[in-house]
Amino acid sequence: MYSNKVIDHYENPRNVGALDRSDPRVGTGMVGAPECGDVMKLQIKVNEETGVIEDAKFKTFGCGSAIASSSLATEWVKGKTIDEALAIRNVDIVNELSLPPVKIHCSVLAEDAIKAAIDDYRKKNHGAGGSAGRS
Amino acid sequence: MKKPIYMDYHATTPVDPRVLEAMLPYFGVKFGNAASRNHSFGWEAEQAVEKARKQIADLIGATPKEIVFTSGATESDNLAIKGVVEMYAERGNHIVTVATEHKAVLDTCKKLRKHGCDVTFLAPHKDGLIDLDELRAAITEKTLLVSVMYANNEIGVIQPIREIGRIARERGGLFHTDATQAVGKVPIRVDDDNIDLMSISAHKMYGPKGIGALYVRRKNPRVQLTAQMDGGGHERGMRSGTLNVPGIVGLGEACAICQTEMAGESVRLAALRDRLKDRLLAGLDEVYINGSMEHRLAGNLNMSFAYVEGESLLMGISDIAVSSGSACTSATLEPSYVLRALGVGDALAHTSIRFGLGRFNTEEEVDYVAARVIEVVRKLRELSPLYEMAKEGVDLSQVGWNKE
Repeated sequence: MYSNKVIDHYENPRNVGALDRSDPRVGTGMVGAPECGDVMKLQIKVNEETGVIEDAKFKTFGCGSAIASSSLATEWVKGKTIDEALAIRNVDIVNELSLPPVKIHCSVLAEDAIKAAIDDYRKKNHGAGGSAGRS
Repeated sequence: MKKPIYMDYHATTPVDPRVLEAMLPYFGVKFGNAASRNHSFGWEAEQAVEKARKQIADLIGATPKEIVFTSGATESDNLAIKGVVEMYAERGNHIVTVATEHKAVLDTCKKLRKHGCDVTFLAPHKDGLIDLDELRAAITEKTLLVSVMYANNEIGVIQPIREIGRIARERGGLFHTDATQAVGKVPIRVDDDNIDLMSISAHKMYGPKGIGALYVRRKNPRVQLTAQMDGGGHERGMRSGTLNVPGIVGLGEACAICQTEMAGESVRLAALRDRLKDRLLAGLDEVYINGSMEHRLAGNLNMSFAYVEGESLLMGISDIAVSSGSACTSATLEPSYVLRALGVGDALAHTSIRFGLGRFNTEEEVDYVAARVIEVVRKLRELSPLYEMAKEGVDLSQVGWNKE
């Protein structure tokens, strides 16, 4: 039922935890709803100098595929610039984790969580940090 | 202790070895068709069928002629409901049932509604029990049938069958009960319980899959049905089709075993179930029991583990077979309609697990299951943003969630 990669992320989730919401370098995205059975909270910490996401944390309420999708998302955004992180698509997550069709919404939620975290960071920093660190 | 541990006895049960032994000859040397009247092969099969019919009747306080064999409880539900509606069409067109019924009843009623029937779906109380005054008020002179399940397959709640039957009778309707989860688990007397029609399944009581029965009352009142399967006129014309002799023998034997062991077994299972419940409640905060504990099958426990999605919990206890009331394990994305009907919010319904204990569970297994569930729930709560928010004092119902 689950791919080995989903099981691995479920059993050994990467980057579980929380970053300080009040830190201006931190962007927080929370998507989904408890009534729908999925809530993802994804946080990023951006280096103001380089615009690179230095740290990412998540917590997820949801099925194993939702946990794996968000765990993978934190792994992928780390070390990327904001623009690079924005380029992550849910299909990339589907392919990496071999998600079946009924679990595609988990990957969509993970993509939304990345965008929501970046959005929050940008609002805090008046739109700064977009492509700042790109070379 | 052997793994995986099976604790999903409401879904199905293993065939009891004694049942299997009784069945085996009827796959082999005793292969006759029970409808063959002209030779010993047929007589032998017929004799076995009649013995089983009596074993089933004895368990529920009926007479053998009131037992009609079917392929299972789904067919029995269909035959009872459609058969009554068709047979008594000139008397009325109204059915009263309950929102927490099995789909075999609900969808049958919904189909009949498309063909001109009126159906009232009663909403149960928070504890899963129906309101008898609401039932009384729902019955009209057009009501042909009241259909209320004996014990619920998800939450194990046992309805006040005797009173329901009395009310249906007083108001001139027939009373059907889907007793799939109850037969062989609780004492049933069809006369005392005012039951006119009752669906029975073998594979929920340690018999084989693919065989069931419908109890059809013959006296006070005599219930007639329009057959839904036409053919050779088997089962007194109510259900055509060559009898599944090995299955019938298995169902009969399963009933006979339940009759002698039911009393002791239900005490043992209730003790195991309570041990599991007490351990889970002691080991975890914010755990909620769904449905009445007082009016409940001995082997059933249905719990919500707040802030932990059910499927993720099942994934963490993959060496234990239980069932989730949450969306993702089933084909639909909706949480359990039974829990919804009880007024359990969708958020909590997504966190529910059904434990179904049965004949072959041991205390050692219960202790293992309790320990594993506690361990995994704690781990997943560390991962849950909802648990974190709840601990920070955030009222989750006041958060502006983005429900797409």
